[in-house]
Amino acid sequence: MEGLTLSDAEQKYYSDLFSYCDIESTKKVAANGRVLELFRAAQLPNDVVLQIMELCGATRLGYFGRSQFYIALKLVAVAQSGFPLRVESINTVKDLPLPRFVASKNEQESRHAASYSSDSENQGSYSGVIPPPPGRGQVKKGSVSHDTVQPRTSADQQEPASPVVSPQQSPPTSPHTWRKHSRHPSGGNSERPLAGPGPFWSPFGEAQSGSSAGDAVWSGHSPPPPQETWVSFADTPPTSTLLTMHPASVQDQTTVRTVASATTANEIRRQSSSYDDPWKITDEQRQYYVNQFKTIQPDLNGFIPGSAAKEFFTKSKLPILELSHIWELSDFDKDGALTLDEFCAAFHLVVARKNGYDLPEKLPESLMPKLIDLEDSADVGDQPGEVGYSGSPAEAPPSKSPSMPSLNQTWPELNQSSEQWETFSERSSSSQTLTQFDSNIAPADPDTAIVHPVPIRMTPSKIHMQEMELKRTGSDHTNPTSPLLVKPSDLSEESKINSSVKFASGNTVADGYSSSDSFTSDPEQIGNNVTHQRSHSGTSPDNTAPPPPPPRPQPSHSRSSSLDMNRTFAVTTGQQQAGVVAHPPAVPPRPQPSQAPGPVVHRPVDADGLITHTSTSPQQIPEQPNFADFSQFEVFAASNVNEEQDDEAEKHPDILPVEKASDSASSLRVAKTDSKIEEKTAASVPANVSKGTTPLAPPPKPVRRRLKSEDELRPEVDEHTQKTGVLAAVLASQPSIPRSVGKDKKAIQASIRRNKETNTVLARLNSELQQQLKDVLEERISLEVQLEQLRPFSHL
Amino acid sequence: MAVCVAVIAKENYPLYIRSIPTENELKFHYMVHTSLDVVDEKISAMGKALVDQRELYLGLLYPTEDYKMFRKLHNSYTDVMCNPFYNPGDRIQSRAFDSMVTSMMIQVC
Repeated sequence: MEGLTLSDAEQKYYSDLFSYCDIESTKKVAANGRVLELFRAAQLPNDVVLQIMELCGATRLGYFGRSQFYIALKLVAVAQSGFPLRVESINTVKDLPLPRFVASKNEQESRHAASYSSDSENQGSYSGVIPPPPGRGQVKKGSVSHDTVQPRTSADQQEPASPVVSPQQSPPTSPHTWRKHSRHPSGGNSERPLAGPGPFWSPFGEAQSGSSAGDAVWSGHSPPPPQETWVSFADTPPTSTLLTMHPASVQDQTTVRTVASATTANEIRRQSSSYDDPWKITDEQRQYYVNQFKTIQPDLNGFIPGSAAKEFFTKSKLPILELSHIWELSDFDKDGALTLDEFCAAFHLVVARKNGYDLPEKLPESLMPKLIDLEDSADVGDQPGEVGYSGSPAEAPPSKSPSMPSLNQTWPELNQSSEQWETFSERSSSSQTLTQFDSNIAPADPDTAIVHPVPIRMTPSKIHMQEMELKRTGSDHTNPTSPLLVKPSDLSEESKINSSVKFASGNTVADGYSSSDSFTSDPEQIGNNVTHQRSHSGTSPDNTAPPPPPPRPQPSHSRSSSLDMNRTFAVTTGQQQAGVVAHPPAVPPRPQPSQAPGPVVHRPVDADGLITHTSTSPQQIPEQPNFADFSQFEVFAASNVNEEQDDEAEKHPDILPVEKASDSASSLRVAKTDSKIEEKTAASVPANVSKGTTPLAPPPKPVRRRLKSEDELRPEVDEHTQKTGVLAAVLASQPSIPRSVGKDKKAIQASIRRNKETNTVLARLNSELQQQLKDVLEERISLEVQLEQLRPFSHL
Repeated sequence: MAVCVAVIAKENYPLYIRSIPTENELKFHYMVHTSLDVVDEKISAMGKALVDQRELYLGLLYPTEDYKMFRKLHNSYTDVMCNPFYNPGDRIQSRAFDSMVTSMMIQVC
């Protein structure tokens, strides 16, 4: 090729054209498709075009380098001027006018193009829509008039290629849509046939000048009717939105059916805007997307689930791989669902892809889902959609009408922000914090966490108080309960856990005291005991029981109380002090094997006794679950009794009370209600026993023992001391204490569980009753209404 | 460091394999299967010791830094899975996944 000398105007013109054709921004190679389109727009005969290509060396090279392109353009000018094509004519022809390329800007041209395209093999009704990738390549700022008139053949030939090429250029957008709209009234039908083969595409193609050619081709392939939805879809946004089409260009084409004109206009626009962000969504498109979104998800602030989106986008007939990629790009927060913004971005990408645009590797700025609600299309001009990202892609805004390079530049920042997103999503996805939080919740409540044999009342203290008072007013066994009442109250004040436990402690204390005090309620004493217990609670439990939870309500430490009582008693009782003192250390040792069978044996009996007792004490209903504990208690008592039996007879009374105390202690440990039950059983039993016979055979031995102890203790004046002594003895003898401690813990836990179950059952019952109440109220209201209605008649 | 990254499906076929130095995919594939066999052995021997699995895992992955790498990989993998257009069992063709893996491998190599 000889050197090419270009005038300034030519230089500029050629470079512009080259830029136009340089869709890949290579700066070196003009896309063949575009070039071909351009040449077609030159309205030159095909053979001339071929000749030109050959002359410029493109044919030889296989591509249009800048020099080839320039030469070709020059040759075009030469040809258009009527000069013979010669290599040497490039420079020889002087004053060569600039090569003219027909742009579809003008109606004339469009008509012209239409005339050309009308013959295209694409349906005849395709009035001029077909022209090769509508002026994509050609559109140039104004200087190029898109030549939709490409020769049919060339157009047809080009089409297969053009669809590939042209889409890349400027997704014909608004002009197409506009055209579409304009056409619809007039040429809707004509478009329809086109749409026939590919409803989706045809309108699409028609709407878009650029895509028209491609669309024509595609439409031929795409299935007709099913695409209707897509057709409508395609009608509006895609074309218009894909490109930042300016209404002006659109309007130009209203009358033009040829897509080319629209495309050219688009392209011209595009050219003029010089690499406007092709990914911007225009208002029209946005509105369309929003409407589509609404069809799937009425709530604009809601999400479209992945499956629904998949179905929707599958309709576009894009390959799954591409849809997958589009999804990756658009699902910004990687949540498997599309928000409105994400959906619009995805839709936009689909439209773009349909029009031949290659999918970007990264989501374009203007498609970024807005972290903050910004106006939609208003932001089109505005920029990288992300307010949230505005911080990072600071440079992004400048790329409003960015050239591709600038867009690319901004993308790294966006990438960073996307990375930030990723990290964010990583963090959010990692449930570590959540799990940690959850784990924190569990141990949060020490009271509930540790079932301490603390006689904490489950039910409100008032109730217990009332119950206790009832009991008190009742029979003898009310007495024992009175101290319990007092005690529970004290306990309840501080402890929140098992009332039974409390009662248990109360029992222990009460037993000791009641038995010793002849059932005289002595709150003060109890309180004292409690305080004593409290004081000791800190120490005693350490020896025998596992470290109690910190917030343990002091008085309710059954175990501690028991131990405390031991100490207390030990302190108070002189005789037993030594024994008591000696005993506590014995507590830690595991219960002797002899003890083992004892408790086991007694258990069933105890359980029965408990059950019977519970039946006898209606107030104990909520405490029924405690019978197990009670059994343990009894077992414990039994074991204690057994142990005690080995002791001196003298100790028996003491032992029994001690056992009782220990039992109560164990019961305390076991469960709230258990203690209560025990208490009651003890109370009832003593009452019964006091009559000489235990009315219930089952009445567990411990009860009997308790009775005995009580009986024995009653006469005693210093029941306290005895009690303490007994307790101390029992505790001391506790071979089973350690075991009972363990059992108590389990029992308490079990009782807690039971209580919780009871709670839930009651809660459910409550809700059901409330529901029933509501229903009844409604019925009542309806009846009243009916009554009102009937009244007038009755009056009549 | 990371010369090869592979995602193996349940059925022991690779969903994704990428090696850095050269395309010795086959060789790496063998290695991957071997390592999986080792894992299986250890797991079967372990029984219900779930905690051990974690140790085992770390042991296999060398230093904990790799754990971070694995996390990145796993996150990307979940992203791929989240894609409704992805059929489980398909080869992973996600470009984002590819780029992430490449960047990860390059970063440590």
